[in-house]
Formats: sequence, C-alpha cells, structure tokens
Amino acid sequence: MAVESLGSAPRRTRVAPWNDPVIRGWVFQIVVVSLVGLLAWYLVSNTMENLARQKIASGFHYLEREAGFEIGDTMIEYSPASTYARAIWVGILNTLRVAVLGIILATVLGTVIGVGRLSPNWLLSRICEWYVEAFRNVPLLLWLFLFYKLISEAFPGPRQAISMLWNSVFLSNRGVYFPVPMADPIHQWMGLAFLVGIAAAFFINRWAKQRQATTGQPFPIMSTALGVIIGLPFMVWLLGGAPSHMSWPELKGFNFVGGTVIQPEFTALLVGLVLYTSAFVAEIVRSGILALHKGQSEAAAALGLSRGQSMRLVLLPQALRVIVPPMTSQYLNITKNSSLAIAIGYPDLVASVNVTINQTGQAIENILIIMAAYLSVSLSISAFMNWYNKRIALRER
Amino acid sequence: MTDMPVGERQQLAPPSDDTGILGWVRKNLFSSWGNGLTTIVLIVAMVWILSGFLEWALFTANFTASTGSECRGGGACWALIREKFRYIFFGSFPYEQHWRPLFAVISMLAMLVLSADRRMWNWRLLVIWSVGSFITFLLMFGQLHIPLSLMLFVALAGGTIGLAMRSAVADPTERSAYYALIVIGLIGLALRIFGVLPSWSLAIAPLSYVETSLWGGLPVTLILATYGLLFAFPYGILLALGRRSNLPLVKGLCVGFIELIRGVPLISLLIMASVMLPLFLPSGTTIDKFLRAQVAVILFAGAYIAEVIRGGLQSLPKGQFEAADAMGLNYPQKTLLIILPQALRVVIPPLINTFIGFFKDTSLVLIIGIFDFLNTANQALVDPNWAGFPGEVYLFAAFVYFIFCYSMSRYSKYLEVELNKGTRR
Repeated sequence: MAVESLGSAPRRTRVAPWNDPVIRGWVFQIVVVSLVGLLAWYLVSNTMENLARQKIASGFHYLEREAGFEIGDTMIEYSPASTYARAIWVGILNTLRVAVLGIILATVLGTVIGVGRLSPNWLLSRICEWYVEAFRNVPLLLWLFLFYKLISEAFPGPRQAISMLWNSVFLSNRGVYFPVPMADPIHQWMGLAFLVGIAAAFFINRWAKQRQATTGQPFPIMSTALGVIIGLPFMVWLLGGAPSHMSWPELKGFNFVGGTVIQPEFTALLVGLVLYTSAFVAEIVRSGILALHKGQSEAAAALGLSRGQSMRLVLLPQALRVIVPPMTSQYLNITKNSSLAIAIGYPDLVASVNVTINQTGQAIENILIIMAAYLSVSLSISAFMNWYNKRIALRER
Repeated sequence: MTDMPVGERQQLAPPSDDTGILGWVRKNLFSSWGNGLTTIVLIVAMVWILSGFLEWALFTANFTASTGSECRGGGACWALIREKFRYIFFGSFPYEQHWRPLFAVISMLAMLVLSADRRMWNWRLLVIWSVGSFITFLLMFGQLHIPLSLMLFVALAGGTIGLAMRSAVADPTERSAYYALIVIGLIGLALRIFGVLPSWSLAIAPLSYVETSLWGGLPVTLILATYGLLFAFPYGILLALGRRSNLPLVKGLCVGFIELIRGVPLISLLIMASVMLPLFLPSGTTIDKFLRAQVAVILFAGAYIAEVIRGGLQSLPKGQFEAADAMGLNYPQKTLLIILPQALRVVIPPLINTFIGFFKDTSLVLIIGIFDFLNTANQALVDPNWAGFPGEVYLFAAFVYFIFCYSMSRYSKYLEVELNKGTRR
C-alpha cells in the first residue's frame, strides 16, 4: 500500500535508459558537439582546400617581413621599413590611446550631463535631456564623419592657420600644433617621480583614513595628494637644472615643423566617441542616483555633513554599486567602437591589420590577431571592473 | 488677526507669484541665486547658438540653386538635399524604378508599425511578416524564384513547430494537418535528395530583376536591421537556453560563442564575413556581398539577443521551472509553454533597445562597401558639382536616423509601462 511505501527507504525506480535524464543529457550533448564539430571540420577542410588552390601561405611568418606602408600617426618609432608585427603593434597602441582617453573623458562628461539632467533648474535639465537624445539616437559613424569633415573642411590650410596664444598654438586642417619641451633625460626621472607621487598619495590616503578611524581627526587628503603628485616631478625638474628649451611649431613650406601635433583624425575620433558615449554614461549615472532612496541624503544632512561630504561619503559610494556594471559595458563599447577609426583614416589596430590583409592575403591569421587583441583588452577591462565592483559591493554581515 | 472660525474665513487665492506662468518660472528657473544665474547664462548661450544656427540653416540658406557653385558663400545649401535626396534614400536603384524601394520601405514600416500593436501579438504576426516580407523582397528583387526544396523545408519546419507548440491543444483535424505537412516535407525532401524530383522553382517575375549590388539607401538599412534581428531572434533564444542549461558541453559552447562575439567589434566580423566567408565555402560557390553582411549582422545580433533573453530567463522565479517539472512536462513543453512566454514578455522593451542599436550599427557595413543609408549620404558628397557641403548632408541623415531611433525608444518606454500595468501597485 501507499502508506507502507512511504515508510520504507526511497528506492530508485528503474527507468528505461531512453527515459533516464542523465543518459538523455549525454546523448543530446554528444549529438550537439558532433554536429558543431562536423560543421567546423567542413569549414576547415574547405578553407584548407581553397588556400592550397589560391596558393596562399599560412602561418605567422609574414609578421617578420617588411610592412612597406606608411602610418600617419604613431606613438613609437615606425617607418615603412619596419616589420608587419611592428605595424600591428603601432595600431594596438593607437587603439589603446584613443580608448583610454575616451573612457576618461566620456566618464567625466557623462557624469556632468547625468547630474545636470537631475538639476532643479528646468532649462538645464531639458538641455541635458536633449543632448542625450540627440547623441544616442544617431549612429556613431555619422558623428565621426561629420566631425572629421568639419575639421578638414571648415578649418583653414596650414598657411592661413588660426594662431592662438601669441603664435604658439596653430589650428589648421592638418591638426592642432602646439609647442612641447625638447627631449631631455630629466623627463624620464620626472615620470618616475610622478609614479612615486601617486604611490605616496595612495599610502597617505590609507594612513589618513586609519588615523580618522582611530582618533576622529580628519586630514586634508585631496590637497596633500595633489601636492605630492605634482610637487615631486617639479622638484626633480628643478634639481635637474630646470631645462626649459621648447620646440616651437613653425610654418615651413606647406606644413608646420617642430612642436607636436594632434592629428585631425584622432581629434574627430576622440570627440565623436566621447560625445556619443557620454550620452549613454549620463543615463547610467542618472539612473544610479535616482535608485537611491531620498532618506539617504536627508540622513546625511541630519548628521551634519555638508553637501559635498554627503555626496562623496554617502550618496556616491551607494550609487556606484548600481552604476559600475552597466558602466563596464560602456567602457567595452568605447574600446570596440574605436575600431570605427578605419572609416576616417585613423591608423588603429583594425586599420593596420586591414592593410596587412590586403598586402599579404593572409586573412585568417590577421583576423585571429584582431580578435585576440580585442578579446584580451575586453577581458582585462572586465576583470578590472569586476574587481572594482567587488570592492565597492555591499558587505553584508 | 481675525477671530473668525476657520470655516467662515474668506478663502484667498494663493499669492500671484506662486501660481501660473510666473510661479512656474520662479520655482523652476529662479529658485535660488545660483539657479537664476545658470538660467540667465544658459538663455544667453542658447540665443547666441540658435541665432547663429538659424541664420545659417534658414535665413541665408539656399533652397533652389541648381549647382554647388551658386550655393557658395551663403548659409546652408539645402538645394543639395533637394537635388540628391532620391539618391540618398534609394542609392543606385534604377532611377525610373524608384517607386519599388519606396513601396518596399512603406511595406517594411507597415510591418513594424503593425507589429507594435499588442492586439497583433498572435498568429496575425506570422501573417503580417510573411506577406510583408514577400512584398518587400518582390519589390526589391523584381523577381523571386522559390525553389521546391525550400517549400518542402518550410512545410516540414511548419509542421514540426506547429506540432510541438500546439500538440496539447489542437483538435484532431489540426493535428493531422501538421502530420500531413511533416510527411509531405520529409518524403519530398528525401525524393529531392535522391534526385527523383527535379530542381524546379516557382518563378514570380512581374518586374525587371535588380541585383543586390544596386540596392542602396534606406531599404538596405531597414532590411539589414530588421531581418538581422528576425533571424537572430530564434538562434539567440537557443543560445540563451544553452547558456542556462545544465549540460556542461552545451553550456560551454554557448558561453564561448557569446563571449567571443561580444568581445570583438562588429567591424572585425564584417571584415571576416567579407574576406573569410568565401574561403569557408567549397570552391566555386560565390555568395552575394549583401548576404555576407547580413550573415555577419545575424551572427553578431544573436549573441547580444541571447544576453537580453538570458536576463528575462533569470528574472523568472525558480518556482515556475519547478512547477512545470511537477506537472510532468518535458523540456520542450516546459520551455515553449511555461518559460519562454513569460521570459520574452519581460524582455520586449530591452529587445527594442537592442534593435535601435542594430539599426545604428548597420551603418558599419559601408566599410565593406555596401550602400546603406549613411553610405549613400556619404556618396552624395563625392559629386564634384556639389563638393564642400558635408554639414548639410550629414545633418539631414542624422535627422532621418533620429526620427527612427527616437520613435522606437519612445515606443519601448511606453511598452515598458504598458506591460508592467498588471504588476504595478
């Protein structure tokens, strides 16, 4: 009877093998994996056959050959006589440069716009709202074209360049030229001092927090940290004899010589990326702040914290928990969207690799390089942001 | 002041600077010193910018010039748009046939608008999309050749899906119709494979044939985005289900695929589709460039849709899964009848946002040489007679994109409120 069977230990009923979920699961997985494997095998064998027929070499040996193409905007030394590997490395550095600057600027601008949308001033919040709507409802590529064309067509040529700041900065359709200090060995030491300053600021911050936690005495962290970070390199510069030779841009022939230049392609790409992404960042920041309960700011005010303190110590740390995950995907988007550079001629990774594909015909290896580079950048950004997210996450006791 | 009881006091209107326009201005624009200063600075800046813009775009603009040189020197040259708008909208489609892409766009817009109506969210959706797609592609191609094997495959797929979805509720006639479709499809396909049936195709050819390399402008953007999402949808669902599955191998494959696609930029997929797809296929097969771009968009879209749908799956309480198991439903029944209907309802608004993203992202196909709306706008600038007016063309294109994306994002917001009516307090 049913009552008896309740009392006895549960015995596993024997089921037919085709009804056993475990066996079914394995059969299904084997079928799926073999189908995928079959497809992969089909594609690979076709590819091999096609490559052999078209006599395209395979392997990464081409990387050591001479690239033979010019790159307009390089951060490291590069000439057409350099190898393909170096050309691709130049591209990776250019991608990283625009991505890092873009992430920083878009975060700052997006936060300003996002806070502006919540302003009690009706006009300000409406303007910020329309900024967001205008930038995020139009493709990024269109913005890039527009900015690039505006820079290259609305700005005058180098001979009629707009000079600013007592003939030291020149705006023209070849970019923005401005003076830089002549290379000097002291610069490396200044860079080192800068890093030491950041490390020192970090430790001062820890010490100050500890002191405040034990004695209750606050410490002016911000001004001390800024002083250390700026002051140390400055002192190194003074000790090194304060070398102050500058390289000034000068019009020679058809273009400027000397100084340094921000290329129009780079400017258009950076401006486009920052304006477009800041619209998304603004929405994230706004929703993060709106997610906080009103009682939080009231309680902070009741404790006697100033507006700045309550923002810094109470509101922002909580809003960050909502903000960080979607912000991570925006940072990834900036990095990936920087590949649109190819459309306006900024030599980023995809642009370098695309030229390499056209010259060597080795599409597969090159596309593997693109994917590996972007995947490792994406994965490191998400790893960093996940670590940061864990650090600020709510610690429940 | 007065000792009158409260009820008998004369009721006074609120202070005049607290109500009406004046009160509103005071409250929203001049509530404090800083606020008032901000307002004044903003108004001055806006007047300055707007007057400059209107001067350029309206008062000194040229609407009627017949060549670019007549436009020069003044404000905006809208005459360029007047001259080029048909090229911008329809690309190099044969000029006297432009009514075809026009009606194709109208048919696609009608499809999208009808699908936006919640009353259509049933079998009607299937009818709308079959008829709409048929009209769209007939107009664009001019001639359609439907191979017999495709029809047989559709019969097989329709029968299988119908049976899977409706086996519990269908009456015997409906059920036997599904069986009939499956049997016809299976036998037909088998005969076709063994060469008994000829490779016949139904030709519908009322118009002249226009190949995809001549397509351009708005229809291309709409087709790439709409059909990209449409085809990516079922396979995104499969990827999402695979990612949530308990089977380690299936889960690993799905996670790997989704993360790989999401980790690389769309451009690299497009370049891959344009240079590697020909290598993947047996030698001698050529595939259309447009189709290659469409495949890349579908692959890309699937990974993103999978993540959106996964969000919907995760939002379902565990009890739903357990209850379905307790009812004795098997996996397909549980998924199709219990899980997906609830999960998909939650993700409709984010899916529309994903669609807006694709609508914008299709503009990248210009890098592999397809003439989408942005590319035709770009090409309109190349004409030496009209050189030097990039601002006008890009603003016009931006305006068109804005109308599409903004109305879709409004709809998504409306739907979010509408779908949550039942659960809101």
